[in-house]
Amino acid sequence: MADDVIIRVEDVFAGYDGVPILEHISFEVRHGEVFGILGGSGGGKSTLMKNMIGLNPPISGHIYISGDDIVGADETMLERIQRRFGVMYQSGALFGSMTLLENVRLPLEVYTDLPDDAIDLIARMKLELVGLEAFTGHMPAELSGGMQKRAGIARAMALDPSILFLDEPSSGLDPITAASLDATIRRLSENLGVTFVIVTHDLGSVFVATDRVVLLDRRAKGIITEGDPRRLRDETTDPRVRAFFRREAEPVGA
Amino acid sequence: MAALAITDTADGRRILALTGRLDAKTLPELWDKTRRAADEAAKRPVVIDAAGIEYCDGAGVALFVELLRHRHDGSVQVSNLKPAFSALLKQVDPAVLEHDLDPEPPRRPAIEEIGFEAYGLWRDIRTQIEFIGELVAALAFAVRYPKSVRWKDVWRICEQVGVDGLPIVALISVLLGLILAFQSAVPMKRFGAEIFVADLIGLSMLRELGPLMTAILLAGRSGAAFAAEIGTMRVNQEVDALTTMGLSPVRFLVTPRIIAAVLMTPLLTLFSMLIGMIGGALTMTTFSIPIVAFLKEVDAACNLSDFLAGFVKSFVFAILVAGIGCLRGLQTRAGASAVGDSATRAVVTGIILLVVVDGIFAVVYYLLNI
Repeated sequence: MADDVIIRVEDVFAGYDGVPILEHISFEVRHGEVFGILGGSGGGKSTLMKNMIGLNPPISGHIYISGDDIVGADETMLERIQRRFGVMYQSGALFGSMTLLENVRLPLEVYTDLPDDAIDLIARMKLELVGLEAFTGHMPAELSGGMQKRAGIARAMALDPSILFLDEPSSGLDPITAASLDATIRRLSENLGVTFVIVTHDLGSVFVATDRVVLLDRRAKGIITEGDPRRLRDETTDPRVRAFFRREAEPVGA
Repeated sequence: MAALAITDTADGRRILALTGRLDAKTLPELWDKTRRAADEAAKRPVVIDAAGIEYCDGAGVALFVELLRHRHDGSVQVSNLKPAFSALLKQVDPAVLEHDLDPEPPRRPAIEEIGFEAYGLWRDIRTQIEFIGELVAALAFAVRYPKSVRWKDVWRICEQVGVDGLPIVALISVLLGLILAFQSAVPMKRFGAEIFVADLIGLSMLRELGPLMTAILLAGRSGAAFAAEIGTMRVNQEVDALTTMGLSPVRFLVTPRIIAAVLMTPLLTLFSMLIGMIGGALTMTTFSIPIVAFLKEVDAACNLSDFLAGFVKSFVFAILVAGIGCLRGLQTRAGASAVGDSATRAVVTGIILLVVVDGIFAVVYYLLNI
């Protein structure tokens, strides 16, 4: 694996019950970049992400995270690989019975021997990074969707992972909240050098937040293009790619 | 109103002239008639003259698509359709709709169906065995490292299972004692043996009804609550979040619930035994048996082994009910009804297993002469 490659997906077949939705998926994510996995609804983006974070194994293929293959890893190895990244789920997936601070504290309590006041401070710092320092005592249900997602990012960052996976970070958010979330992602990437893998179909976020993307296509069952999203939008000749990036309706019968 | 006029021209074409409004109201009358007219001219060109159509909505467009979709060699044509309606028709590609692109899979042969069901059953059993193994490991870990247990959660669940469960356990137990005493006292009075009702109430509450009724109530309240709570966490991806944090859902979610249930169920069982006997004693006062006489008779009829026989069961019942509730919660799938299904399965499986295990206890106690 080249030095600057942090994730390598190699000839992955992704799907359920042995039926592939995606075939021959291969790409690389470099250190410190914000990488987007794009595609229409039902295109297999989330399925691929679940494969990448070790929740479901792919039908076949390999996924290397910092050099270690997550596919077929035993429990100990899987746990070790999973510690290298954080995940923010579409709904935020905060634990409903805990306050925001307790949610962010949790990974620190479990995986470190830090004293209680240090854990508290780190958790508050993470919440401050996402602009939620004034909501530490709130329960998740008392917050808006955007705040829950930001808190999800704070929790995912608790152990300072080198990679953050974000599943549809801007879905269901108003444009201003979505823009602030995009700005948070850029800031964290530039200031902390975190590598982001973002699964999304929100073009607004794609052009602002990501450095490089792959575009998945349901009919092609695979990647139809890869690169800088702004260049792809302006220079592509592939009608499927153009339709996606320029928000054009698919021609009837295509 | 809508109408169809059929004309066969000298050059072999069939013209279907549609007039009026084409919508869901007028279409039933025209649908079969128009299709039949087009089918009769199967080998000839068909022209659908839409000049007379005043209005056409999605249902009307469906009629055109129906006529076009099986003959896309150009032998069926729609002409003179107003541009507004034509735009509606252009949104759909009749060729795509010619066949069902996602047909239901063909039914499997019976033998395959049996095989799949058997495999599903085996998978379910394997999941349960794996869960038991994981649970034992998690409990052993909790005993070895008590600090790893989230005690805050344990006390919260203790309150839900124990304190909040007191009123319903009290109500059911007192009613059980009252009813049992009354039903048995009436026939026993004929033989002047009312006092022996105390023996019956004492033995049945201590050995059988106290632990069993408490466990059944626990299955209905807490087993279902555990399944629903963990099921909702599963649907909200909270369980996925735990897994990718490298935290075992069994250790994190199931262990505190099992500990809380094991701590609270025996206490609730004791409470149920006591309240049930009070209920029985109250009933017997109406049969001129004083409370003191009732209690003395219970004391004479029951010994410590009777109490322990029931009390030991309550620990096993607690693990069973809480374990099943948590397992069903973790097995929750996606969808709106999934959490409800898990709660139902938790209660049903819990009660069935309680009765089965209670039967096993009865046999073991009999063999051990307890």
